[in-house]
Amino acid sequence: MIEQIGQWFDRRLQLAAPIREVAEHPVPRNTASWWYVFGSAALTVFLLQLVTGILLALIYVPSASEAWSSLQALNHDVTLGWFIRAMHGWGSNFMVAIVLIHMVQVFLFGAHKFPRELTWIVGVFLLLMTLGMAFSGQVLRFDQDAYWGLGIGASIASRVPIAGPAIVKLMLGGPIIAGATLSRFFALHVFVIPGMLIGFVTLHLLMVVKLGINEWPMPGRVVKRTTYINEYHELTKKAGAPFVPYAIWKDLFFAAFVLLAVAACAVYFGPFGPTGKPDPTIIQTAPKPDYFFLWLYALLSLLPPSLETPALLIGPVLVIIGLLLLPFLSGEGEKSWRRRPIAVLTVLLIAITLGTFTHLAGYTPWSPHMNAWSGAPVPDEFLHGTTALQRQGALVFQVKQCRNCHSLGDQGGQRGPALDSVAVRLTQDQLIRQVIQGGGNMPAYGKNLTPAETTALVAFLETLHPQGQTPARDASRDVALGEDQAQRQSAQR
Amino acid sequence: MSDENKISRRGLFMKLGILFNGLVATALAVPIVRFLSSSVTQGRAGAYLSWVPLGPLSEFPEGETRLATFRNPNVMPTDGKTVDTACWVRHLAGDQFQVFAVNCAHLGCPVRWFQQSGLFMCPCHGGAYYQDGSRASGPPERGLFEYPTRVRDGILTIQAGELPTPGEAIALLNEKPPCGARNALVSIEGGKLSASSETNALLGKKKTWA
Repeated sequence: MIEQIGQWFDRRLQLAAPIREVAEHPVPRNTASWWYVFGSAALTVFLLQLVTGILLALIYVPSASEAWSSLQALNHDVTLGWFIRAMHGWGSNFMVAIVLIHMVQVFLFGAHKFPRELTWIVGVFLLLMTLGMAFSGQVLRFDQDAYWGLGIGASIASRVPIAGPAIVKLMLGGPIIAGATLSRFFALHVFVIPGMLIGFVTLHLLMVVKLGINEWPMPGRVVKRTTYINEYHELTKKAGAPFVPYAIWKDLFFAAFVLLAVAACAVYFGPFGPTGKPDPTIIQTAPKPDYFFLWLYALLSLLPPSLETPALLIGPVLVIIGLLLLPFLSGEGEKSWRRRPIAVLTVLLIAITLGTFTHLAGYTPWSPHMNAWSGAPVPDEFLHGTTALQRQGALVFQVKQCRNCHSLGDQGGQRGPALDSVAVRLTQDQLIRQVIQGGGNMPAYGKNLTPAETTALVAFLETLHPQGQTPARDASRDVALGEDQAQRQSAQR
Repeated sequence: MSDENKISRRGLFMKLGILFNGLVATALAVPIVRFLSSSVTQGRAGAYLSWVPLGPLSEFPEGETRLATFRNPNVMPTDGKTVDTACWVRHLAGDQFQVFAVNCAHLGCPVRWFQQSGLFMCPCHGGAYYQDGSRASGPPERGLFEYPTRVRDGILTIQAGELPTPGEAIALLNEKPPCGARNALVSIEGGKLSASSETNALLGKKKTWA
């Protein structure tokens, strides 16, 4: 009975034969490896994102005045709304991570080489779309971070020569970040990019099936355009095994494992935000991007100002062009990572760089600690045995918000150097000059300190040196003032 | 005429059909492109800008810098709170004001004012500005964005309506103050800055940052 129904459908659809052909196409035996599961895992998470995304759209309202409260409703009022939001948020993190791992694996296994150049190129676009989904998704979580994140995006876009202002208005849908901005990011996140993703994923998969999965790279087995196709056929036709069930069981296991991992993160950590309301008049906020853009946040803080605009505008273009040209620049030759030291070092260098930037963005040493001046008092040990003038200086030090950028006893900002032993580094004259004129990334305080305050502050700073280590002094003073007087001065400290 | 060069009746109709579709597509592209680019074209020549009241002068004590808010003049029904905008108002003396956008000139994060040290500090990437808006330190390449100001009938108004971004300073006083130039040259006597450099810089007159 069931077979009859099946046959009825297949006489009309005629899909059974091509599906069987795809399922049973022979793959090289050694590709049935746990290293080959990341592509299918990325597809699995993409499908999860489609499903959870549609579920969220049942409640979410893409309006600047309603979006935030509709997310609150999802978190607190709708049954299991929090879980679906958490799945979608964690799914997004997993998707970016898995796509990146997949890309690194493909690169290290030489799978971008002939004849799979176009598969790689389509993959590069899939990566860009994935990142586009991650950013636009962060915007739809219309909270403070989303609002100011859009401002950062607009500020970057505005730096494009000539067209900058027009690009900003096109991106925002008007002169400011408002309702139209959210609506167009909704359209991008829900219609435009997913539509393109579905199309490109289909192309990507089609090529994987037509060209065959990349064989396990063997050191010494060199790719040549003239002979590769025949060699690959040898591997698949003579020594290959059908994809189903020989290789697919590992994909299935890993897919289920990834889904479980997303669900576990969702249950344990819960949904992302929303943080504060997207009200631009609330300025007590320190916006931060989502995890996968943290490295960019760090880079934007650490680039010298003069390099920033060129790096922002030219850098991404060069990276994308480099990725697109890669299969043409190294389309032949060794596939194995064992024989490609530069490839391995490049991956390591990029991974370490991104990892370091992400780590730095976790504690933002470049940002002033806005509340340190009132929240972190000068530690007691720095005040023992000090004179009235020096204590007055410690007060000036706090009140003038020096602590926001300078730490004492490991508390305070890290924007400027820690001052625990500043007296060893700078003489009295240098301290006065630095405080009044600034320089080396420090603002000048001359206008905001009276002479008395400056004197007190510098007197306090001169006490900041480790016990047993003498403070820096200007040797010429001994000559200018006479040795006795100079010694008497340093004895006073 | 050889057979290959012959155009069949059906072939001609197909080509005409493609041409016809091309013409219709071009005609339809005009409204589509105009719709898509409307947010750009509507704002040409400062059309998004207008004079917005910030409040009576009594709300801004002389010599102080205070946060003020205004409603963006371009509002859509779905905008919610996003059209409420904050700005820093610095009352120098009399009718002389400096009104700064809260958006950092680096990447647009909201800067905070610290009265005691006379600095605006940015929480994102560590930009800092002096009380007159000029750049003090950090990644910004210029001083804070400034709105043109006007005092009418005891009400402080500013010309606003667009998000200030580093690439665009329409309606904002556009000169880039040199990095802390006016602040670095401070005598040890310190205290108050002489009025000359600040007062002539404001209101009506074009700014000069000599």
